[in-house]
Amino acid sequence: MVIFGVTGDLARKKVMPAIYDLANRGLLPPGFSLVGFARRDWEEQDFAQIVEEAVRTHARTEFREEVWTQLSEGFRFVPGDFDDDVAFETLGQTLRELDVQRGTGGNHAFYLAIPPGFFGSVVSQLKEHGLVDGGDAWRRVVVEKPFGHDLESARELNAVLADVFPSGSVFRIDHYLGKETVQNFLAFRFANTLFEPLWNSHYVDHIQITMAEDIGIGGRAGYYDGIGAARDVIQNHLLQLMALVAMEEPHSFDAESLRQEKRKFLSAVTSKEPFSQTTARGQYVAGWAGGDKVAGYLEEDGIAADSRTETYAAITLEVDNRRWAGVPFYLRAGKRLGRRVTEVAVVFRQAPHVPFSELATEDLTQNALVMRVQPDEGMTVRFGSKVPGTAMEIRDVSMDFAYGGTFTESSPEAYERLILDVLLGDPPLFPRHEEVELSWQILDPILEAWAADGEPEPYDSGTWGPLSADAMLARDGRKWRRP
Amino acid sequence: MIELHDTNASQIAAEFVRARRGSGSPAMGMVMTLIIVVPEDHALVAFDSARLASQEHPARVLGVILGDGRGHGQISAQVGIGDGRSGETALIRLKGEVVRHASSVVLPLLLPDSPVAVWWPVDPPQEPAADPLGSLAQRRITDSAAVTKGRTVALRHQCSAYAPGNTDLAWTRLTPWRAMLAAAVDQRPFRVTRAHVVGERVSPSADLMVAWLTDRLGVEVERSTSDGPGITEVTLEGKHETISLARADGKTAVLSVTGAPDRHVALPRRPVAELLAEELRHLDEDEPYAEAAATLLTLAGQD
Repeated sequence: MVIFGVTGDLARKKVMPAIYDLANRGLLPPGFSLVGFARRDWEEQDFAQIVEEAVRTHARTEFREEVWTQLSEGFRFVPGDFDDDVAFETLGQTLRELDVQRGTGGNHAFYLAIPPGFFGSVVSQLKEHGLVDGGDAWRRVVVEKPFGHDLESARELNAVLADVFPSGSVFRIDHYLGKETVQNFLAFRFANTLFEPLWNSHYVDHIQITMAEDIGIGGRAGYYDGIGAARDVIQNHLLQLMALVAMEEPHSFDAESLRQEKRKFLSAVTSKEPFSQTTARGQYVAGWAGGDKVAGYLEEDGIAADSRTETYAAITLEVDNRRWAGVPFYLRAGKRLGRRVTEVAVVFRQAPHVPFSELATEDLTQNALVMRVQPDEGMTVRFGSKVPGTAMEIRDVSMDFAYGGTFTESSPEAYERLILDVLLGDPPLFPRHEEVELSWQILDPILEAWAADGEPEPYDSGTWGPLSADAMLARDGRKWRRP
Repeated sequence: MIELHDTNASQIAAEFVRARRGSGSPAMGMVMTLIIVVPEDHALVAFDSARLASQEHPARVLGVILGDGRGHGQISAQVGIGDGRSGETALIRLKGEVVRHASSVVLPLLLPDSPVAVWWPVDPPQEPAADPLGSLAQRRITDSAAVTKGRTVALRHQCSAYAPGNTDLAWTRLTPWRAMLAAAVDQRPFRVTRAHVVGERVSPSADLMVAWLTDRLGVEVERSTSDGPGITEVTLEGKHETISLARADGKTAVLSVTGAPDRHVALPRRPVAELLAEELRHLDEDEPYAEAAATLLTLAGQD
């Protein structure tokens, strides 16, 4: 595996630790080698040291000397720029040597942990220096979000990759799909009989999908400003979660069937208009969050004082098919919210007839099923129950399933799963370019409307977003749940 | 209990998850979050009451101790589960600047969706519903009989600051009295013409009893003083008969009705835990209390 941009945050915090964890669990093929490529004047041992530091601080499993020694024998480093012919020549040389010395079988994966602006020059360099033609051996390319910033740029980006790699060799990482709980959505829905009969507009009132972070943008100003919450997470993570929660049953769990269903589902999704009523966006201002004094978005380092980037986005989507017609899907994502949580809440309709008095059911709300993706992965079912006592009083109670408590082995990190899948060439968990383009088609009209219409509404750090988001649900007679 | 120093809400939340996993993710069935805002020297007693109340209402109990508001903000916490409680507990101590932003620490720790109750075991804020912590909750419980000074004035403040969801343990203490008297009056055609409440000189419960009787019976209610404890006697007089409920020892009361033998009934002064559990049973608006509170203010205005 060749990592471009090996000095970046992504490589150090996620990719390299995940590779070590895989090695530690004995899941990497023997002879696995890692080549770093970056514009640094490093020797091989410098590179090894950077990886070791990254692994020691960020790996999930314990550090074992023998595993590390084995793994680090396959480390190589190639210094150079992305337009440096000599460097790519050296890279080719290094790879050929590794094939011979370590018996990698000539299979190469290229991990582009770099801004998408550089994809073009890197893949054309790879092509020019004969690195993408492996004969019988495979060549795969791994890319990370953002997959463009609108439909057009996504298409351009895809054209750049498709020019060099066939679409089956492009692996787009959406790390949410690597999460155990997200994969469990499918098991939960399609391996059980209990839930699927309720999974439609007869029983479901609406669905809320939330991805909240309690942190601000931290050091990601350069990446985040101008992108905003909708492009950063709704376009990819939230729409993918929505697809897995609401799509039809694939006839098997292979990549093609899954994609077909996701594609079919996403092409049935439309955004509800008028956007001034069905969407909300906000920007956090200075305040107190979780007991810490924090700065507002406009005061963060590297953000212009007049930035209009939204740090909170909420949208209303509808699905034009028989199963979901009339059921709104509310998606929201934001930074500096009440707490860090990602979850999908399916809120059910009220019973058509309740034989109890209004007084008895005063504290009873709607039944709900909540799937928590992080933290504390698991599931909660909320339903009404009689309060012990002489009077008939019915109140909400909840029943919990904790993923971490039922399966004692700690869940592997999303990146471990995804990197392993890249090496195995197993693509069900990677979104295809059609899905990426469909997602942009859903989001583009909203983004255009926002761009044409003023500034995001300020909200206090550490709260649950701007007032317009509450008003947006109140118009439909609903409320955001407190996640 | 695990001690966290110089911490914040997300670390406390993470510790809850760790503690739960550590004990095998038991089914907690927590039905609410109970916030207790209490000074340091009353914290242990208040927590003990909350522990007993949590037997009936498994809850996440967040004790908030507001320290000296000067200087640099600092948060420390003791987090634990089990230990004779059903549910989770965190005792959070705030110092410095953050004292004025206590709700920012509590908000991320509220259980999803479920109701929130807040209890001030000693001195409540002037306006509980407008208080930053109070506004997070559906149920706001004060105790005018436990404030450190000026109990009669404290009760009037609470009555004038009444908002749906507010309640006072001085009112909760009346529940068995009210039940007993209402049952006695309902048993026969009986029109009350005068009423009389005897209790300690300073007794918010007795004041509320006067207000409640005035509101319900529409007659003048006299108030006189005894050595207590609490309310010692309530008398309802009709044209031909009299109902009286007298409790001299704080444990057993005597119910006397004209033409019937005296009956002894157990009417003990109840511990705070029991009062708290009773208040947590209903989370909707307490209408009789709202009416009694309004009447109390009218009566106070006539003085």
